[in-house]
Amino acid sequence: MTTHVQGIAVPRHRAAEPARLRLRRVPVHAVVLALTAVWLVPVAGLVVSSFRPPSAVLRSGWWESFALPGDYTLDNYRDVLGRDGMALSLVNSLAVVVPATVLVVAVSAAAAYGLTCLRFRFRRGVLLAVVGLLVVPMQITLVPLLQAFNALDLTGSFLGIWLVHLGYGVPFGVYLLHSAFAALPRALFEAAEVDGASRSQVFLRIVLPVTRPALASLAVFEFVWTWNDLLTALIFLGGRREVAPVTVAVSRLVASRGDGWEVLTAAAVVSAVVPMVVFAALQKHFVRGLLAGTTKG
Amino acid sequence: MIAERIGLLLGAVAVVLGATYAYLRGGDRLLAALPRRWHRALLPWLFVAPAVGVVALTLAIPAASTIGLSFLDADGREWVGLDNYAGTLSDPVTLTALRNTVLWVVLLPSTAVLVGLTVAVLAERVRYAPVVRAALFLPIAVSAVAAGVVWSFMYDYQPAGAAQTGTLNAVLTVFPGLDPVAWLISGSTGNLALIAATLWTQAGFAMVVFDAALRAVPAELHEAARLDGASEWGTFRYVTLPFLVPTVVVVATTMTIVALKAFDLVYVMTNGNHGTDVLSTVMYRALFTGRDGGIAAAVATVLMLAVVPIMVLNVRQFRRSVGEA
Repeated sequence: MTTHVQGIAVPRHRAAEPARLRLRRVPVHAVVLALTAVWLVPVAGLVVSSFRPPSAVLRSGWWESFALPGDYTLDNYRDVLGRDGMALSLVNSLAVVVPATVLVVAVSAAAAYGLTCLRFRFRRGVLLAVVGLLVVPMQITLVPLLQAFNALDLTGSFLGIWLVHLGYGVPFGVYLLHSAFAALPRALFEAAEVDGASRSQVFLRIVLPVTRPALASLAVFEFVWTWNDLLTALIFLGGRREVAPVTVAVSRLVASRGDGWEVLTAAAVVSAVVPMVVFAALQKHFVRGLLAGTTKG
Repeated sequence: MIAERIGLLLGAVAVVLGATYAYLRGGDRLLAALPRRWHRALLPWLFVAPAVGVVALTLAIPAASTIGLSFLDADGREWVGLDNYAGTLSDPVTLTALRNTVLWVVLLPSTAVLVGLTVAVLAERVRYAPVVRAALFLPIAVSAVAAGVVWSFMYDYQPAGAAQTGTLNAVLTVFPGLDPVAWLISGSTGNLALIAATLWTQAGFAMVVFDAALRAVPAELHEAARLDGASEWGTFRYVTLPFLVPTVVVVATTMTIVALKAFDLVYVMTNGNHGTDVLSTVMYRALFTGRDGGIAAAVATVLMLAVVPIMVLNVRQFRRSVGEA
């Protein structure tokens, strides 16, 4: 059957399609456009509202602002960034997220190298245990962890929350990096080892540079997840304003509600900007990392 | 204060990187001084031990002791047997939360698979595919807290007759005879509204995974099916879909975990009021409002039991993929 295919140019470009086929695509366009609209409209509403003065937000829907232009303002952002805590909470988020991400990548990469490229007893057992823990809901660890942290005086400290995120992040890190490391050709290390390189040199000088895309995608995942985390921050950083990351600060604004939509929407936009920039900048790696992790599974 | 935080951040990163390097190089050198057999046996653990230690201390041991705590009283001192379970499972709030969590586990994975797969398949057929993919992808970077604000805004409700500032009710009241709906406050729609908002944040992930899987389907199979006269739907149903079954499992598993863990969005949007509690919010309240570690541990254990089948499935799937590699 397929032998006939050779030499026949299958028309691929749309211009060559008959009108009948183009008409049949109408439902396709309808579904795709409707879904796109449903996904974009909420963001549009958020961003537009964050630039509107409070009186306008209360009086009319955000879409009506297009008909009455000129009432946009930057006051909401000035208000949000100027108020006590919000600017600090942005920096707090960075102070939680950046070290936690570096920790997760370092510990996961070392473990993935050991579990994938080296042979030893219990290797499979450890690997399967780590992957099994991937789906454990973190809620089940909260009570004893909180008790231990209280006893060690770690609650409310950055060190404590770095350790928590490290623990929650490592199973996923090992899982994601495992497939990238497994794809490395063995000859790559063997040549170096013949030349007298130690295992740690092979890992630091060869494996890490070669697997940089996978490490970057893990870093993006961890950055976005820890930046967006609320539950862990609420529990292990406690309610103190000085250490509250941005998710806690925004959720506090939501709870008070006295501030009204214009401040809330501006705060939500502020909280989303950093992960979006990171995400957009490293999106290529992110998708490649996802690919490595899932096409096998 | 801000300068101090930035100093802390940079210092911590420097310490982590320096310590990692020193640990690996120093450990390697130390182990090299041992007899050769010992050296070979211990070296892999140099790399694996930190991860195993951290995971044991923050996940495995706490999870095990939570199960233990669930049989103790509020302060974790006295043995109370199954009292915590009996107490929490006869509490109408927990029962509502249990029912809602089941609803989440059924609806979120199925709708995420549906939307993700639909977009991944259909976007290939339109020229503006990059816009579509970006639109679905965008909310991945939005925190549940910010998504909560976005969707509270979408679901905003004003009594009939008043100007509707919430997007959904504005659309609804365009049609004559339809009244605005108090999406989050009326018990019947609250859960669906929360699940829909979560779907909004998660569908992009499902789309990317399906997109990757679709690229892995051999193109010759499609061509052959078309030449045999299969319709577009037939090609999808009998050629593409069988290839996607493992991916459906991956996406459904991930979304089931998201559904079980659901907390942030509920906490921000309704705080569990109006019959929208899930197990996580019940547990959070038991821990911080009720100050009852025993009840909180019992709720967490119930949640854990729900995950066990997924864990087994996941490990099996992983074992198979490692076996093939």
